[in-house]
Amino acid sequence: MVDKTKIARQFIEAIPHARALGMELTEIGEGRAVIRMPYDEKLVGDPKTGVIHGGAVSALMDTCCGAAVMSHPSAPGGTATIDLRIDYMRAATPGQTITTTATCYHITRTVAFARATAVDDDTDRPVATAAGAFTVEAG
Amino acid sequence: MAWTTPEPVQVVKQRRDAALKALTEGVPYIRFLDISFDRRGDELTGVLNFDDKLIGNPFLPAIHGGVTAAFLEVTAIITLGWLNLFPDIESGVIDAQQMADGDLPRLPKTIDFTVDYLRSGLPRDAYARARVNRSGRRYASVHVEAWQDHHDKLYAQASGHFLMPPPADKPRG
Repeated sequence: MVDKTKIARQFIEAIPHARALGMELTEIGEGRAVIRMPYDEKLVGDPKTGVIHGGAVSALMDTCCGAAVMSHPSAPGGTATIDLRIDYMRAATPGQTITTTATCYHITRTVAFARATAVDDDTDRPVATAAGAFTVEAG
Repeated sequence: MAWTTPEPVQVVKQRRDAALKALTEGVPYIRFLDISFDRRGDELTGVLNFDDKLIGNPFLPAIHGGVTAAFLEVTAIITLGWLNLFPDIESGVIDAQQMADGDLPRLPKTIDFTVDYLRSGLPRDAYARARVNRSGRRYASVHVEAWQDHHDKLYAQASGHFLMPPPADKPRG
């Protein structure tokens, strides 16, 4: 199990787009993953306010849900997103790191279900939530 | 009825292209992903210009699902914003030069967005077109489709709801 966690961490950190967005995987294992994305001006969606673009939050959510699926004890190997729904509750505060926690709450031989929540420094008020279905691929 | 000479074609094109360029190039994240827009009249096609940093699975290789989601969302927001602003750009209420100087009109805000991944995104350019199914005073519903080599073989589609910006020069109520 330790090996699989290590492989998952290496796998996530080897993703070119995860690196381009500055993602840092801080926790992973047992179907749960936590990934941070520090504030960066190149990710701004509204130049007037400096708020991060929703698309960057989507990329973070997708990566984190995928990582949670791969770290599930019943997942034999890789995964791909089938669908992902994202709800945006509020704008992330400019300058603050966005932290996403994802859990794979159910898995079958073919499909895994995951959900995630993204917060900034104000952890009581989510920035966005996500829910999606993922493929279960052979190891 | 008074006859007015139609505007020269280059004047029309210059105004529309300048407004569209300002709308898209003013957003850092759109520049980061290198998304550009082709325009035919008021119809827009988003182009995701491929780069290695967009890869999500280096073994296949395939475009990151998050990039695809972002590309669809950017195309939806820009198309919705563009269609909403188009009458004001044409009438001169919104000045393209002012937009280029940084005075950008507010764009719609995403409420929710659902992406279907239909095929793996190949390591090459992708295209997307959005259809505004409903655009009201406060809310809008948009569907967007993306493809790569063949337009009839979509690699992703999405639906989303958006909050429209309040009208700039009209009293709110």
